[in-house]
Amino acid sequence: MVLDTAHEVPTPEGIDIELRPAGPMARASAWLVDLLLRLGILITIWITAGLLGKFGLALTLLSAFFLEWLIPAWCEVRWNGATPGKKALGLMVVHDDGTPVRWPAALTRNLLRAVDFLPLLYLFGFVAMCLSRDFKRLGDHAAGTLVVFRPALGGSHDVPPAAALAPARALSLAEQRAIVDFAERSTALTADRAAELAEIAEPLVGTARGAAATERLIGIANYLLGRQ
Amino acid sequence: MKQAAFESLHVSEWSAFERLLENDPRAPLRGADFPRLYRRVCQHLALARDRAYGPDLVDRLNALALRGHRVLYGAEGMRRNQLAEFFLRRLPLMVREELPLVLTAALLFFGPFALVALALQRYPDFVAYLLSPHELADLQRMYDPANPHPGMRPADSNVLMFAFYIWNNVKIGFQTFAGGMLLGLGTIFYLVLNGLQIGAAAGYLTQIGYGVPFWSFVAGHSAPELTAIVLSGAAGLRLGAALIAPGRLTRRAALTAAARRAVQLVYGAAALFTIAAFVEAFWSPVGFVPAQIKYAVGASLWSALLAYLALVGGRHAR
Repeated sequence: MVLDTAHEVPTPEGIDIELRPAGPMARASAWLVDLLLRLGILITIWITAGLLGKFGLALTLLSAFFLEWLIPAWCEVRWNGATPGKKALGLMVVHDDGTPVRWPAALTRNLLRAVDFLPLLYLFGFVAMCLSRDFKRLGDHAAGTLVVFRPALGGSHDVPPAAALAPARALSLAEQRAIVDFAERSTALTADRAAELAEIAEPLVGTARGAAATERLIGIANYLLGRQ
Repeated sequence: MKQAAFESLHVSEWSAFERLLENDPRAPLRGADFPRLYRRVCQHLALARDRAYGPDLVDRLNALALRGHRVLYGAEGMRRNQLAEFFLRRLPLMVREELPLVLTAALLFFGPFALVALALQRYPDFVAYLLSPHELADLQRMYDPANPHPGMRPADSNVLMFAFYIWNNVKIGFQTFAGGMLLGLGTIFYLVLNGLQIGAAAGYLTQIGYGVPFWSFVAGHSAPELTAIVLSGAAGLRLGAALIAPGRLTRRAALTAAARRAVQLVYGAAALFTIAAFVEAFWSPVGFVPAQIKYAVGASLWSALLAYLALVGGRHAR
Protein backbone atom coordinates (compact mmCIF):
# COMPACT_ATOMS: atom_id res chain seq x y z
CA MET A 1 0.00 0.00 0.00
CA VAL A 2 3.02 2.27 0.44
CA LEU A 3 3.49 2.34 -3.31
CA ASP A 4 -0.10 3.40 -3.80
CA THR A 5 -0.94 6.87 -5.12
CA ALA A 6 -4.30 6.93 -3.36
CA HIS A 7 -5.18 10.30 -1.84
CA GLU A 8 -7.15 9.90 1.37
CA VAL A 9 -9.78 12.41 2.37
CA PRO A 10 -10.84 12.24 6.02
CA THR A 11 -14.53 13.00 6.45
CA PRO A 12 -16.49 14.24 9.47
CA GLU A 13 -17.94 10.75 9.78
CA GLY A 14 -14.52 9.49 10.82
CA ILE A 15 -13.75 7.53 7.67
CA ASP A 16 -11.18 8.07 4.93
CA ILE A 17 -12.48 8.20 1.40
CA GLU A 18 -9.94 7.17 -1.20
CA LEU A 19 -9.39 9.22 -4.36
CA ARG A 20 -7.21 8.06 -7.23
CA PRO A 21 -5.23 10.98 -8.68
CA ALA A 22 -4.70 10.74 -12.43
CA GLY A 23 -1.16 10.79 -13.82
CA PRO A 24 0.33 12.86 -16.64
CA MET A 25 -0.52 10.34 -19.39
CA ALA A 26 -4.26 10.25 -18.70
CA ARG A 27 -4.39 14.00 -18.27
CA ALA A 28 -2.40 14.68 -21.44
CA SER A 29 -4.83 12.47 -23.37
CA ALA A 30 -7.79 14.35 -21.91
CA TRP A 31 -6.11 17.62 -22.87
CA LEU A 32 -5.57 16.36 -26.42
CA VAL A 33 -9.24 15.40 -26.77
CA ASP A 34 -10.23 18.86 -25.50
CA LEU A 35 -7.77 20.55 -27.84
CA LEU A 36 -9.08 18.72 -30.91
CA LEU A 37 -12.66 19.44 -29.89
CA ARG A 38 -11.82 23.11 -29.38
CA LEU A 39 -10.11 23.36 -32.74
CA GLY A 40 -13.01 21.58 -34.41
CA ILE A 41 -15.56 23.99 -32.93
CA LEU A 42 -13.42 26.99 -33.74
CA ILE A 43 -12.87 25.98 -37.35
CA THR A 44 -16.60 25.29 -37.76
CA ILE A 45 -17.45 28.73 -36.38
CA TRP A 46 -14.76 30.31 -38.50
CA ILE A 47 -16.08 28.73 -41.69
CA THR A 48 -19.78 29.36 -41.06
CA ALA A 49 -19.26 32.81 -39.56
CA GLY A 50 -16.96 33.67 -42.45
CA LEU A 51 -20.11 34.22 -44.49
CA LEU A 52 -20.98 37.11 -42.18
CA GLY A 53 -17.89 39.14 -43.01
CA LYS A 54 -16.47 41.26 -40.22
CA PHE A 55 -19.21 40.32 -37.82
CA GLY A 56 -18.28 36.69 -38.39
CA LEU A 57 -14.63 37.42 -37.69
CA ALA A 58 -15.69 39.14 -34.47
CA LEU A 59 -17.69 36.06 -33.53
CA THR A 60 -14.67 33.85 -34.20
CA LEU A 61 -12.40 35.98 -32.02
CA LEU A 62 -14.89 35.97 -29.15
CA SER A 63 -15.34 32.20 -29.45
CA ALA A 64 -11.58 31.72 -29.44
CA PHE A 65 -11.35 33.74 -26.23
CA PHE A 66 -14.16 31.89 -24.45
CA LEU A 67 -13.08 28.45 -25.63
CA GLU A 68 -9.54 29.07 -24.47
CA TRP A 69 -10.14 30.56 -21.03
CA LEU A 70 -13.66 30.31 -19.69
CA ILE A 71 -15.52 27.38 -21.22
CA PRO A 72 -13.21 24.74 -19.66
CA ALA A 73 -13.80 26.25 -16.21
CA TRP A 74 -17.53 26.42 -16.89
CA CYS A 75 -17.54 22.72 -17.86
CA GLU A 76 -15.71 21.76 -14.71
CA VAL A 77 -18.18 23.63 -12.50
CA ARG A 78 -21.33 22.51 -14.30
CA TRP A 79 -20.53 19.02 -15.53
CA ASN A 80 -19.40 17.24 -12.42
CA GLY A 81 -15.81 18.42 -12.63
CA ALA A 82 -15.13 17.29 -16.18
CA THR A 83 -14.44 18.92 -19.52
CA PRO A 84 -15.45 16.69 -22.45
CA GLY A 85 -11.89 15.36 -22.65
CA LYS A 86 -11.81 14.51 -18.97
CA LYS A 87 -15.20 12.88 -19.23
CA ALA A 88 -13.97 10.74 -22.12
CA LEU A 89 -10.96 9.61 -20.08
CA GLY A 90 -13.03 9.04 -16.92
CA LEU A 91 -11.40 11.89 -15.01
CA MET A 92 -12.83 14.65 -12.88
CA VAL A 93 -11.59 17.69 -11.00
CA VAL A 94 -12.33 17.90 -7.27
CA HIS A 95 -11.20 20.12 -4.43
CA ASP A 96 -8.47 18.64 -2.24
CA ASP A 97 -11.18 17.55 0.19
CA GLY A 98 -13.09 15.62 -2.47
CA THR A 99 -15.95 18.12 -2.83
CA PRO A 100 -17.06 19.25 -6.31
CA VAL A 101 -14.97 22.04 -7.78
CA ARG A 102 -16.54 25.53 -7.80
CA TRP A 103 -15.92 28.76 -9.67
CA PRO A 104 -12.96 30.26 -7.78
CA ALA A 105 -10.90 27.07 -7.96
CA ALA A 106 -11.99 26.17 -11.49
CA LEU A 107 -11.13 29.62 -12.79
CA THR A 108 -7.82 29.74 -10.92
CA ARG A 109 -6.63 26.43 -12.32
CA ASN A 110 -7.75 27.27 -15.84
CA LEU A 111 -6.19 30.74 -15.91
CA LEU A 112 -2.93 29.41 -14.51
CA ARG A 113 -2.65 27.03 -17.44
CA ALA A 114 -0.82 29.97 -19.01
CA VAL A 115 2.08 29.28 -16.63
CA ASP A 116 1.89 25.50 -16.76
CA PHE A 117 2.20 25.77 -20.53
CA LEU A 118 5.59 27.51 -20.30
CA PRO A 119 8.18 27.29 -21.75
CA LEU A 120 6.35 25.12 -24.28
CA LEU A 121 3.83 22.30 -24.34
CA TYR A 122 3.12 22.23 -20.59
CA LEU A 123 6.69 21.52 -19.56
CA PHE A 124 6.32 23.35 -16.23
CA GLY A 125 3.05 21.57 -15.61
CA PHE A 126 4.62 18.21 -16.38
CA VAL A 127 7.59 18.79 -14.07
CA ALA A 128 5.29 20.02 -11.31
CA MET A 129 3.14 16.89 -11.72
CA CYS A 130 6.13 14.60 -11.48
CA LEU A 131 7.34 16.36 -8.32
CA SER A 132 3.97 16.18 -6.63
CA ARG A 133 2.56 13.14 -4.87
CA ASP A 134 -0.92 13.82 -6.23
CA PHE A 135 0.17 14.74 -9.79
CA LYS A 136 -0.73 18.40 -9.35
CA ARG A 137 0.29 20.94 -11.92
CA LEU A 138 0.98 24.50 -10.78
CA GLY A 139 -2.62 25.57 -11.33
CA ASP A 140 -3.81 22.70 -9.15
CA HIS A 141 -1.47 23.73 -6.34
CA ALA A 142 -2.80 27.28 -6.40
CA ALA A 143 -6.45 26.29 -6.75
CA GLY A 144 -6.25 23.45 -4.23
CA THR A 145 -7.67 20.93 -6.69
CA LEU A 146 -6.98 17.36 -7.74
CA VAL A 147 -7.69 15.53 -10.97
CA VAL A 148 -8.88 12.06 -10.05
CA PHE A 149 -10.29 9.01 -11.76
CA ARG A 150 -14.05 8.93 -11.50
CA PRO A 151 -14.69 6.07 -9.08
CA ALA A 152 -16.16 3.04 -10.81
CA LEU A 153 -19.28 1.73 -9.17
CA GLY A 154 -17.75 -1.69 -8.45
CA GLY A 155 -19.70 -4.89 -8.94
CA SER A 156 -17.70 -5.82 -12.00
CA HIS A 157 -15.53 -8.47 -10.39
CA ASP A 158 -17.67 -10.79 -8.36
CA VAL A 159 -16.09 -13.88 -6.85
CA PRO A 160 -17.22 -16.77 -9.07
CA PRO A 161 -19.58 -18.98 -7.08
CA ALA A 162 -18.25 -22.41 -6.11
CA ALA A 163 -18.70 -24.95 -3.36
CA ALA A 164 -17.39 -23.46 -0.11
CA LEU A 165 -14.22 -25.11 1.11
CA ALA A 166 -12.83 -24.59 4.62
CA PRO A 167 -9.11 -23.71 4.58
CA ALA A 168 -6.74 -26.23 6.14
CA ARG A 169 -5.40 -23.69 8.62
CA ALA A 170 -6.47 -20.46 10.26
CA LEU A 171 -5.84 -17.39 8.10
CA SER A 172 -4.94 -13.88 9.14
CA LEU A 173 -7.09 -10.99 7.90
CA ALA A 174 -4.46 -9.98 5.36
CA GLU A 175 -4.29 -13.53 4.04
CA GLN A 176 -8.06 -13.76 3.81
CA ARG A 177 -8.19 -10.51 1.92
CA ALA A 178 -5.47 -11.68 -0.47
CA ILE A 179 -7.43 -14.81 -1.30
CA VAL A 180 -10.70 -12.95 -1.89
CA ASP A 181 -8.78 -10.42 -3.94
CA PHE A 182 -7.35 -13.24 -6.05
CA ALA A 183 -10.75 -14.85 -6.50
CA GLU A 184 -12.28 -11.55 -7.62
CA ARG A 185 -9.55 -11.05 -10.19
CA SER A 186 -9.40 -14.67 -11.35
CA THR A 187 -11.98 -14.10 -14.08
CA ALA A 188 -9.86 -11.33 -15.56
CA LEU A 189 -6.68 -13.44 -15.60
CA THR A 190 -5.71 -16.12 -18.10
CA ALA A 191 -6.19 -19.64 -16.77
CA ASP A 192 -2.43 -20.27 -16.76
CA ARG A 193 -1.64 -17.10 -14.86
CA ALA A 194 -4.43 -17.80 -12.35
CA ALA A 195 -3.09 -21.29 -11.76
CA GLU A 196 0.46 -20.00 -11.41
CA LEU A 197 -0.70 -17.57 -8.71
CA ALA A 198 -2.88 -20.14 -6.98
CA GLU A 199 0.00 -22.62 -6.71
CA ILE A 200 1.95 -20.12 -4.63
CA ALA A 201 -0.52 -20.64 -1.77
CA GLU A 202 0.80 -24.17 -1.24
CA PRO A 203 -0.33 -24.67 2.38
CA LEU A 204 -3.89 -24.13 1.15
CA VAL A 205 -3.96 -25.86 -2.23
CA GLY A 206 -1.68 -28.73 -1.16
CA THR A 207 -0.67 -30.93 -4.04
CA ALA A 208 -3.33 -29.61 -6.43
CA ARG A 209 -1.84 -28.10 -9.57
CA GLY A 210 -3.15 -26.09 -12.49
CA ALA A 211 -6.89 -25.49 -12.75
CA ALA A 212 -7.48 -27.63 -9.67
CA ALA A 213 -5.40 -25.21 -7.56
CA THR A 214 -7.40 -22.24 -8.86
CA GLU A 215 -10.65 -24.01 -8.06
CA ARG A 216 -9.54 -24.84 -4.52
CA LEU A 217 -8.60 -21.24 -3.85
CA ILE A 218 -11.90 -19.94 -5.27
CA GLY A 219 -13.68 -22.48 -3.06
CA ILE A 220 -11.82 -21.12 -0.03
CA ALA A 221 -12.74 -17.57 -1.09
CA ASN A 222 -16.39 -18.62 -1.17
CA TYR A 223 -16.01 -20.04 2.31
CA LEU A 224 -14.39 -16.80 3.54
CA LEU A 225 -17.24 -14.75 2.06
CA GLY A 226 -19.63 -16.92 4.02
CA ARG A 227 -21.38 -18.49 1.06
CA GLN A 228 -22.85 -21.92 1.70
CA MET B 1 -19.82 -11.54 10.22
CA LYS B 2 -18.97 -13.03 6.87
CA GLN B 3 -19.04 -10.85 3.81
CA ALA B 4 -21.98 -12.55 2.09
CA ALA B 5 -24.17 -12.14 5.15
CA PHE B 6 -23.05 -8.52 5.54
CA GLU B 7 -23.89 -7.81 1.93
CA SER B 8 -27.32 -9.39 1.98
CA LEU B 9 -28.11 -7.59 5.23
CA HIS B 10 -27.31 -4.11 3.93
CA VAL B 11 -27.66 -4.24 0.19
CA SER B 12 -31.14 -2.73 0.29
CA GLU B 13 -29.81 0.36 2.09
CA TRP B 14 -27.02 0.73 -0.45
CA SER B 15 -29.34 0.56 -3.41
CA ALA B 16 -31.74 3.00 -1.73
CA PHE B 17 -28.81 5.37 -1.26
CA GLU B 18 -27.72 4.88 -4.85
CA ARG B 19 -31.23 5.69 -6.07
CA LEU B 20 -31.12 8.96 -4.14
CA LEU B 21 -27.75 9.75 -5.74
CA GLU B 22 -29.05 9.08 -9.23
CA ASN B 23 -31.79 11.68 -8.75
CA ASP B 24 -31.43 15.25 -9.81
CA PRO B 25 -28.21 16.61 -8.22
CA ARG B 26 -30.16 18.88 -5.90
CA ALA B 27 -32.91 16.46 -5.01
CA PRO B 28 -31.12 14.05 -2.62
CA LEU B 29 -30.85 16.63 0.12
CA ARG B 30 -34.60 17.05 0.15
CA GLY B 31 -35.06 13.49 1.21
CA ALA B 32 -34.71 13.32 4.97
CA ASP B 33 -33.26 9.86 4.43
CA PHE B 34 -30.16 11.05 2.62
CA PRO B 35 -27.92 12.03 5.54
CA ARG B 36 -28.95 8.97 7.53
CA LEU B 37 -28.20 6.60 4.65
CA TYR B 38 -24.93 8.39 3.97
CA ARG B 39 -23.78 7.82 7.53
CA ARG B 40 -24.81 4.18 7.28
CA VAL B 41 -22.68 3.80 4.16
CA CYS B 42 -19.74 5.44 5.94
CA GLN B 43 -20.13 3.04 8.83
CA HIS B 44 -20.33 0.08 6.48
CA LEU B 45 -17.21 1.24 4.66
CA ALA B 46 -15.30 1.43 7.93
CA LEU B 47 -16.50 -2.04 8.91
CA ALA B 48 -15.72 -3.52 5.52
CA ARG B 49 -12.19 -2.15 5.65
CA ASP B 50 -11.61 -3.28 9.20
CA ARG B 51 -12.89 -6.78 8.50
CA ALA B 52 -10.84 -6.98 5.29
CA TYR B 53 -13.80 -7.78 3.09
CA GLY B 54 -13.08 -8.19 -0.60
CA PRO B 55 -11.63 -5.16 -2.40
CA ASP B 56 -14.56 -5.10 -4.77
CA LEU B 57 -17.01 -4.46 -1.95
CA VAL B 58 -14.70 -1.93 -0.32
CA ASP B 59 -14.30 -0.07 -3.61
CA ARG B 60 -18.05 -0.06 -4.14
CA LEU B 61 -18.69 1.36 -0.67
CA ASN B 62 -15.85 3.86 -1.15
CA ALA B 63 -17.42 5.07 -4.39
CA LEU B 64 -20.82 5.37 -2.73
CA ALA B 65 -19.37 7.28 0.23
CA LEU B 66 -17.44 9.58 -2.10
CA ARG B 67 -20.51 10.42 -4.14
CA GLY B 68 -22.51 11.00 -0.98
CA HIS B 69 -19.75 13.20 0.41
CA ARG B 70 -19.74 15.29 -2.77
CA VAL B 71 -23.48 15.82 -2.56
CA LEU B 72 -23.64 16.48 1.18
CA TYR B 73 -20.58 18.68 1.64
CA GLY B 74 -20.29 20.10 -1.85
CA ALA B 75 -23.76 21.61 -1.86
CA GLU B 76 -23.66 25.26 -2.77
CA GLY B 77 -25.08 27.66 -0.26
CA MET B 78 -28.46 29.11 -1.03
CA ARG B 79 -27.28 32.72 -0.82
CA ARG B 80 -28.98 35.01 -3.25
CA ASN B 81 -27.55 37.97 -5.12
CA GLN B 82 -24.01 36.68 -5.09
CA LEU B 83 -23.19 38.88 -8.04
CA ALA B 84 -24.46 42.03 -6.34
CA GLU B 85 -22.73 41.05 -3.11
CA PHE B 86 -19.48 40.61 -5.00
CA PHE B 87 -19.51 43.94 -6.83
CA LEU B 88 -21.10 46.03 -4.09
CA ARG B 89 -18.96 44.71 -1.29
CA ARG B 90 -16.33 42.05 -1.80
CA LEU B 91 -14.44 43.51 -4.75
CA PRO B 92 -13.90 47.06 -3.44
CA LEU B 93 -13.09 45.66 -0.01
CA MET B 94 -10.56 43.28 -1.50
CA VAL B 95 -8.92 46.11 -3.43
CA ARG B 96 -8.61 48.17 -0.25
CA GLU B 97 -7.27 45.23 1.74
CA GLU B 98 -4.64 44.59 -0.90
CA LEU B 99 -3.86 48.28 -1.32
CA PRO B 100 -0.05 47.92 -0.99
CA LEU B 101 0.01 45.39 -3.82
CA VAL B 102 -2.43 47.41 -5.92
CA LEU B 103 -0.25 50.48 -5.54
CA THR B 104 2.89 48.49 -6.32
CA ALA B 105 1.27 47.14 -9.49
CA ALA B 106 0.14 50.66 -10.40
CA LEU B 107 3.67 51.95 -9.94
CA LEU B 108 5.11 49.12 -12.05
CA PHE B 109 2.73 50.04 -14.84
CA PHE B 110 2.40 53.83 -14.66
CA GLY B 111 6.08 54.38 -13.80
CA PRO B 112 7.50 53.10 -17.10
CA PHE B 113 4.49 54.60 -18.89
CA ALA B 114 5.15 58.14 -17.61
CA LEU B 115 8.91 57.80 -17.91
CA VAL B 116 8.83 56.82 -21.58
CA ALA B 117 6.04 59.23 -22.52
CA LEU B 118 7.98 62.13 -20.99
CA ALA B 119 11.38 61.02 -22.25
CA LEU B 120 10.08 60.91 -25.81
CA GLN B 121 9.24 64.62 -25.65
CA ARG B 122 12.94 65.40 -25.10
CA TYR B 123 14.48 62.57 -27.14
CA PRO B 124 12.00 61.69 -29.94
CA ASP B 125 14.40 59.33 -31.72
CA PHE B 126 14.35 56.99 -28.74
CA VAL B 127 11.00 55.65 -29.96
CA ALA B 128 12.86 53.57 -32.55
CA TYR B 129 14.08 51.33 -29.71
CA LEU B 130 10.54 50.67 -28.48
CA LEU B 131 8.29 50.36 -31.51
CA SER B 132 8.95 48.94 -34.97
CA PRO B 133 8.60 51.13 -38.06
CA HIS B 134 5.54 49.13 -39.01
CA GLU B 135 3.89 49.89 -35.65
CA LEU B 136 4.79 53.55 -35.95
CA ALA B 137 3.21 53.77 -39.40
CA ASP B 138 0.09 52.05 -38.08
CA LEU B 139 -0.15 54.49 -35.17
CA GLN B 140 0.29 57.45 -37.49
CA ARG B 141 -2.47 56.25 -39.76
CA MET B 142 -4.89 55.48 -36.92
CA TYR B 143 -4.50 58.77 -35.09
CA ASP B 144 -4.15 61.05 -38.07
CA PRO B 145 -6.34 64.09 -37.23
CA ALA B 146 -7.92 63.62 -40.66
CA ASN B 147 -9.18 60.13 -39.76
CA PRO B 148 -12.95 60.37 -39.09
CA HIS B 149 -12.78 57.40 -36.69
CA PRO B 150 -9.65 57.88 -34.62
CA GLY B 151 -8.07 54.70 -33.27
CA MET B 152 -9.42 52.55 -36.10
CA ARG B 153 -8.02 51.54 -39.42
CA PRO B 154 -10.42 52.19 -42.30
CA ALA B 155 -11.16 48.47 -42.66
CA ASP B 156 -12.14 47.90 -39.03
CA SER B 157 -15.68 47.70 -37.72
CA ASN B 158 -16.83 48.43 -34.16
CA VAL B 159 -17.98 44.90 -33.44
CA LEU B 160 -14.75 43.45 -34.75
CA MET B 161 -12.75 45.84 -32.59
CA PHE B 162 -14.83 44.86 -29.57
CA ALA B 163 -14.08 41.18 -30.13
CA PHE B 164 -10.44 41.97 -30.70
CA TYR B 165 -10.18 43.99 -27.46
CA ILE B 166 -11.76 41.17 -25.47
CA TRP B 167 -9.59 38.52 -27.07
CA ASN B 168 -6.38 40.50 -26.76
CA ASN B 169 -6.70 42.66 -23.65
CA VAL B 170 -8.34 40.13 -21.35
CA LYS B 171 -5.72 37.63 -22.42
CA ILE B 172 -3.01 40.10 -21.40
CA GLY B 173 -4.75 40.53 -18.06
CA PHE B 174 -4.93 36.79 -17.48
CA GLN B 175 -1.29 36.35 -18.43
CA THR B 176 -0.30 39.13 -16.06
CA PHE B 177 -2.10 37.27 -13.29
CA ALA B 178 -0.66 33.86 -14.20
CA GLY B 179 2.86 35.30 -14.32
CA GLY B 180 2.63 35.64 -10.55
CA MET B 181 3.34 31.91 -10.30
CA LEU B 182 6.91 32.63 -11.44
CA LEU B 183 7.67 34.29 -8.09
CA GLY B 184 5.88 37.39 -9.40
CA LEU B 185 8.46 37.93 -12.12
CA GLY B 186 6.03 37.22 -14.95
CA THR B 187 3.62 39.78 -13.55
CA ILE B 188 6.30 42.43 -13.23
CA PHE B 189 7.42 41.66 -16.78
CA TYR B 190 3.95 42.14 -18.27
CA LEU B 191 3.20 45.27 -16.23
CA VAL B 192 6.45 46.98 -17.21
CA LEU B 193 6.21 45.81 -20.81
CA ASN B 194 2.67 47.14 -21.21
CA GLY B 195 3.61 50.37 -19.50
CA LEU B 196 6.52 50.83 -21.91
CA GLN B 197 4.47 50.03 -25.02
CA ILE B 198 1.54 52.27 -24.18
CA GLY B 199 3.87 55.00 -22.95
CA ALA B 200 5.83 54.81 -26.19
CA ALA B 201 2.69 55.14 -28.31
CA ALA B 202 1.40 58.04 -26.19
CA GLY B 203 4.74 59.85 -26.17
CA TYR B 204 5.34 59.39 -29.85
CA LEU B 205 1.89 60.57 -30.97
CA THR B 206 1.99 63.57 -28.66
CA GLN B 207 5.43 64.50 -29.93
CA ILE B 208 4.45 64.41 -33.60
CA GLY B 209 1.41 66.57 -32.85
CA TYR B 210 -1.32 63.91 -32.98
CA GLY B 211 -1.95 64.36 -29.25
CA VAL B 212 -5.58 65.46 -29.44
CA PRO B 213 -6.92 62.52 -31.48
CA PHE B 214 -4.91 60.08 -29.37
CA TRP B 215 -5.72 61.39 -25.91
CA SER B 216 -9.37 61.97 -26.73
CA PHE B 217 -9.57 58.41 -28.09
CA VAL B 218 -8.07 56.77 -25.01
CA ALA B 219 -9.69 59.08 -22.43
CA GLY B 220 -12.98 57.17 -22.38
CA HIS B 221 -11.77 53.64 -21.80
CA SER B 222 -8.57 54.47 -19.95
CA ALA B 223 -10.16 54.22 -16.51
CA PRO B 224 -11.60 50.69 -16.72
CA GLU B 225 -8.79 49.32 -18.88
CA LEU B 226 -5.79 50.58 -16.94
CA THR B 227 -7.44 49.77 -13.62
CA ALA B 228 -8.06 46.27 -14.91
CA ILE B 229 -4.40 45.85 -15.83
CA VAL B 230 -3.38 47.09 -12.38
CA LEU B 231 -5.82 44.72 -10.64
CA SER B 232 -4.57 41.74 -12.69
CA GLY B 233 -1.06 42.79 -11.71
CA ALA B 234 -2.00 43.03 -8.03
CA ALA B 235 -3.52 39.54 -8.22
CA GLY B 236 -0.34 38.17 -9.79
CA LEU B 237 1.83 39.92 -7.19
CA ARG B 238 -0.33 38.33 -4.47
CA LEU B 239 0.61 34.88 -5.77
CA GLY B 240 4.26 35.83 -6.08
CA ALA B 241 4.34 37.31 -2.57
CA ALA B 242 2.83 34.14 -1.13
CA LEU B 243 5.54 32.06 -2.80
CA ILE B 244 8.39 34.31 -1.70
CA ALA B 245 7.19 35.03 1.85
CA PRO B 246 4.69 32.35 2.90
CA GLY B 247 4.80 33.44 6.54
CA ARG B 248 3.79 30.73 8.96
CA LEU B 249 2.22 28.53 6.32
CA THR B 250 3.86 26.05 4.02
CA ARG B 251 4.48 27.48 0.56
CA ARG B 252 1.71 25.39 -0.92
CA ALA B 253 -0.84 26.39 1.72
CA ALA B 254 0.15 30.04 1.40
CA LEU B 255 -0.22 29.83 -2.38
CA THR B 256 -3.67 28.24 -2.17
CA ALA B 257 -4.85 30.86 0.32
CA ALA B 258 -3.41 33.68 -1.80
CA ALA B 259 -5.01 32.34 -4.98
CA ARG B 260 -8.41 32.28 -3.32
CA ARG B 261 -8.09 36.02 -2.69
CA ALA B 262 -6.30 36.88 -5.90
CA VAL B 263 -8.88 35.27 -8.15
CA GLN B 264 -11.46 37.74 -6.86
CA LEU B 265 -9.32 40.58 -8.12
CA VAL B 266 -9.19 38.75 -11.45
CA TYR B 267 -13.00 38.59 -11.57
CA GLY B 268 -13.01 42.35 -11.07
CA ALA B 269 -10.34 42.85 -13.71
CA ALA B 270 -12.25 40.73 -16.23
CA ALA B 271 -15.42 42.76 -15.65
CA LEU B 272 -13.50 46.02 -16.08
CA PHE B 273 -11.82 44.76 -19.25
CA THR B 274 -15.24 43.97 -20.69
CA ILE B 275 -16.53 47.45 -19.88
CA ALA B 276 -13.36 48.91 -21.36
CA ALA B 277 -13.79 46.91 -24.56
CA PHE B 278 -17.33 48.23 -24.96
CA VAL B 279 -16.28 51.83 -24.46
CA GLU B 280 -13.21 51.44 -26.63
CA ALA B 281 -15.13 49.86 -29.50
CA PHE B 282 -18.31 51.91 -29.50
CA TRP B 283 -17.57 55.28 -27.86
CA SER B 284 -13.89 56.09 -28.22
CA PRO B 285 -13.73 56.02 -32.07
CA VAL B 286 -16.78 58.28 -32.51
CA GLY B 287 -15.31 61.12 -34.53
CA PHE B 288 -17.86 63.91 -34.32
CA VAL B 289 -17.82 64.36 -30.53
CA PRO B 290 -15.54 67.25 -29.53
CA ALA B 291 -12.39 66.30 -27.66
CA GLN B 292 -13.44 68.33 -24.59
CA ILE B 293 -16.51 66.14 -24.11
CA LYS B 294 -14.43 63.00 -24.44
CA TYR B 295 -11.99 64.29 -21.85
CA ALA B 296 -14.89 65.10 -19.54
CA VAL B 297 -16.37 61.61 -19.97
CA GLY B 298 -12.97 60.05 -19.31
CA ALA B 299 -12.45 62.14 -16.21
CA SER B 300 -15.87 61.29 -14.83
CA LEU B 301 -15.27 57.58 -15.45
CA TRP B 302 -11.96 57.83 -13.60
CA SER B 303 -13.54 59.58 -10.62
CA ALA B 304 -16.50 57.21 -10.57
CA LEU B 305 -14.24 54.15 -10.67
CA LEU B 306 -11.85 55.44 -8.03
CA ALA B 307 -14.74 56.50 -5.80
CA TYR B 308 -16.28 53.04 -6.23
CA LEU B 309 -13.06 51.29 -5.25
CA ALA B 310 -12.37 53.67 -2.37
CA LEU B 311 -15.80 54.04 -0.81
CA VAL B 312 -18.29 51.30 -1.69
CA GLY B 313 -18.75 48.33 0.62
CA GLY B 314 -18.25 49.93 3.98
CA ARG B 315 -15.52 48.89 6.33
CA HIS B 316 -14.42 45.34 6.69
CA ALA B 317 -14.93 43.88 10.15
CA ARG B 318 -11.91 41.65 10.45
